[in-house]
Amino acid sequence: MTYRLDQQPLEWIDRGRTVTFRFEGKSLSGFAGDSISSALMASGHSLLGRSFKYHRPRGALTLANHDVNALFQSADATNIRGDVEPLTEGIELHACNVNGSLENDRDRFIGLFARFMPVGFYYKVFHRPKKLFPFWERKIREKAGLGRVNTDWTEQRTPKRYDYCELLVVGAGASGMQAALTAAEAGADVVLVDENPHIGGSLDYQLANEPAATGVRAALKDKVRNHANIRLFEQHYAAGWYTDHYIPLVGPKGITKLRAEGMICATGVMEQTAVFRNNDLPGVMMASAAQRLISRYAVSPGHRAVVLCANDEGYRAALDLMEAGIELAAVVDLESTPQRGSWAQQVTDKGVPVYRGCGIYAAQGSRHLQSVQVAAFNGKDCDPSELTAIDCDLLLMSVGWAPASQLLYQAKGKLGYDDTLQQILPRELPAGIHACGRVNGAFTLEQRLADGKRAARAALAELRGEFHAESQTLHRDRQAHSHPWPIVSHPAGKNFVDMDEDLQLKDLVNAAKEGFDNIELIKRFSTIGMGPSQGKHSNMNGIRILAAIRGQSIDKTGSTTARPMFHPVPVSALAGRRFRPERRTPMQEWHEAHGARMMEAGHWQRPEYYGQPEEREQAILREAQAVRSRLGLIDVSTLGKIEVLGPDAARLLDAVYTMKMSTIRQGMTRYALLVEDSGVIIDDGIAARLGEDRFYVSATTSHAAATFRILSQTVMDLGLDVRLVNLTDSLAAMNLAGPLSRELLKTLTDVDLSEESFPYLGIREGTMCGAKVRLIRVGFVGELGYEIHAPAHKAMEIWHTLMRAGARYNIRPFGVEAQRILRLEKGHVIVGQDTDGLTNPFEANMPWAIPLKSKPWFTGKPSLVVLKERCQRRLTGFMLPQGYSGERIKECHLVIKDGDIAGRVTSIAYSPALGRYIGLAMLDLPLANEAKTLHVRVDSGSLVAMSPCKTPFYDADGKRQTADLTEVA
Amino acid sequence: MKLLDCPLIGRRPISEFDYVGEVRKPPVDCDTATWAAFVFNRQGAPSVLRERWYHRPTGYWFILDRDTLTDEVKAIVDAREVRYDIPA
Repeated sequence: MTYRLDQQPLEWIDRGRTVTFRFEGKSLSGFAGDSISSALMASGHSLLGRSFKYHRPRGALTLANHDVNALFQSADATNIRGDVEPLTEGIELHACNVNGSLENDRDRFIGLFARFMPVGFYYKVFHRPKKLFPFWERKIREKAGLGRVNTDWTEQRTPKRYDYCELLVVGAGASGMQAALTAAEAGADVVLVDENPHIGGSLDYQLANEPAATGVRAALKDKVRNHANIRLFEQHYAAGWYTDHYIPLVGPKGITKLRAEGMICATGVMEQTAVFRNNDLPGVMMASAAQRLISRYAVSPGHRAVVLCANDEGYRAALDLMEAGIELAAVVDLESTPQRGSWAQQVTDKGVPVYRGCGIYAAQGSRHLQSVQVAAFNGKDCDPSELTAIDCDLLLMSVGWAPASQLLYQAKGKLGYDDTLQQILPRELPAGIHACGRVNGAFTLEQRLADGKRAARAALAELRGEFHAESQTLHRDRQAHSHPWPIVSHPAGKNFVDMDEDLQLKDLVNAAKEGFDNIELIKRFSTIGMGPSQGKHSNMNGIRILAAIRGQSIDKTGSTTARPMFHPVPVSALAGRRFRPERRTPMQEWHEAHGARMMEAGHWQRPEYYGQPEEREQAILREAQAVRSRLGLIDVSTLGKIEVLGPDAARLLDAVYTMKMSTIRQGMTRYALLVEDSGVIIDDGIAARLGEDRFYVSATTSHAAATFRILSQTVMDLGLDVRLVNLTDSLAAMNLAGPLSRELLKTLTDVDLSEESFPYLGIREGTMCGAKVRLIRVGFVGELGYEIHAPAHKAMEIWHTLMRAGARYNIRPFGVEAQRILRLEKGHVIVGQDTDGLTNPFEANMPWAIPLKSKPWFTGKPSLVVLKERCQRRLTGFMLPQGYSGERIKECHLVIKDGDIAGRVTSIAYSPALGRYIGLAMLDLPLANEAKTLHVRVDSGSLVAMSPCKTPFYDADGKRQTADLTEVA
Repeated sequence: MKLLDCPLIGRRPISEFDYVGEVRKPPVDCDTATWAAFVFNRQGAPSVLRERWYHRPTGYWFILDRDTLTDEVKAIVDAREVRYDIPA
């Protein structure tokens, strides 16, 4: 471990716990608390990865997850970000983007062909000739993309947590900790989140050796950790800002969806690269990266250093290097007459040569930095006529910062360029959003602490509806910490602006020349800021370059909004379990205990049939035959059931349903068809009149909630005196159907079931098993039958009683499939199966349900007046020849006429009553009226002939409703 | 997830609400084109819309004047203000 330094006062590593791992086949070790990158660098590996396009050697750049030079592959995961991923025992790592090994990447010569791969060349080169594109596509896919996904992955579920706080503070550096503390001390419920494993922020690396910071650091950390009002989320990042301050906090163990009342962004700044030739060589890194490496991991970034700077922070970094025992060869300051503070003075006092008004013209070295060429810099470019070479293996860049303002942009904050600080700063922030610290331009420790307090006071005043007068600009620094043009051209290029995508200065210049000179266009054409680090280390230079090309201000040039997520979020953190309510009828357990195969119906589970799956067809047929010949019982509790009460009840139903409900006689029911304004059928059921101002209506399973909503909305629209009660859950229902139903039921209820007093379509109230029930004579399945609506808690007892008493008639429970066959034999339509989102009642063959003449108004009537004359399709019955055994016809198979689509099958089933296949088809007119034979195209593509016919297929005159009486007679 | 103030019980997640759209009165005794416009066309430009909302857990209907650009609720509207009669 040649590069490991002596113990640093704030180091994160635990020297007592050695962690061994393998990298590119070699056995290495680090300490607990190391990141992958720091452990590799401690072992002398400065080469951490290869660049995306040219496979250039790359080392640590930011060590802050602002670049992706160091991406690794393990057995389980890919694109592991080594700069921040904690080292784990026994992990086996490889570099991601290499062909062969990291050291001898076979693609490392691609850079030699760079001049044949200008910006945007993908878009231009591979389209012609067209037939070669599949070849190129395969080649590009091999070369592009990063790690390899292990498709043999094991499923990992991470919990989703939900949390709430008054004030979220993002970033636990000096200003963030101060803001959290000030707010907590004033009584606010605060969450403080920081992406690092430990709080402290730049206090702990940039100001690690600064005596003035020592006391502040200890006090702040201690108070923040121990304050009862502060909840700390270390190693979590705020991945995005969503409306009403909904902020996902992503951590190693999953996601916490936090709702806050307000948010303070103390997100700090991201150091930006200087642009010069070979600025991507391992050994060239941000000053803050070197400070992180030394202070957090006690790893020496090099032996002999040059610092390129344009701010005080560069001199602080120079001092830190010397403190760590690294030889400082020179400081190169981009400005000739800089106003630098005491750190610069200390550097000078130590006798370090300082090159003022100079820049780095080029870095040199093959796999690692060996020397730099220093040249005079005039604020625009270097003068290469006089170059000074300085040998060094480390070059720190400290030329400027970009605000970590992603969340502020997402929250629709307005930001603008500040000429004093040469930085983009918040101008107008929306309600509940505040910023403090360096992201707000407060740079000195005093400024940051004062700004943290100010932001906390402002946020609290806003939360409590109080007035707050302090300006957000109050504690901003008055000197620049960023250079407006840290960019040096070079005829041989390789001066990278964006390391993710190997974008050089000339790529952006060329993109602009080609006309992509708008910030959004240049981004997409050149792909600047579109790599995995999303421009965190590059966007500011991109904007500066475009502004210079256009000769306009940074504000005028604009910036792109970084969308969520702030860092890539594993899909496992986002993916949720299927989480939705399931509704159970009182009889569900009975169904399951009696072999029912359940199917989904809206939120409900309903028995499809009772029996073994391999006997599905026979089971369904036997159930249907039981209803036709004897007795069946089906659970219809899932039907919507709505009580309509009040003087205007009849008016309401007249307005909502197509048929006239005000003329229903007490004790009778009527078919209830619901259409929308456009005349399309949306639901059906029955309406029953229980009294002068008392109705009971049913709705289909899946539309029950919507029907209730439509009824209640109409009550409000028309100002009706009606009260609606949704009884869907409190009442269960079952349909006792079959010629023997009357005989069975009359022994079990006090209701007089004789034909005279309780005719077809009647409704009666009475008792069964001691419970109040409603009996309705319905005809859906086409046999004598009674729907029994009973309180949910008594329903199971009634069901049991019917099954027990019905045993002597061989009663059989039946499911949804048998019911479908039975209703099809009667030609009854199922809304949503035989109709779709465009079907009107005329097409569904129900003109009898549309009283256009006798009703002055109902919802959808004006549309139906028009549609009646323009009917284009009609639902028609069809049947197949007896004994048909050809290829199966399925629902949605198309009806073909002269090679064109002329309709589709909506329902088809084998009818046990008719002994043949029957069905319904929606047919174009006039085919529906004229055709003698229809041809349906089945799965194999062949056509099957069938004959159209009238419906109902079964019992057209409805004699089955009194089948028991006629037989007796 | 967004939040919305239910006039009955206060701030709730938007997933508890049904958005029913702009409050509209069906035109009566109009020509086919007017009726078709009512059925098929909706106001889509950003503006203050008077819209109907339904809070499912409480079964509560309410009407808001809402700026569809800023999401700002300008007023809660009394249902009596938007009532209409139908031909009887």
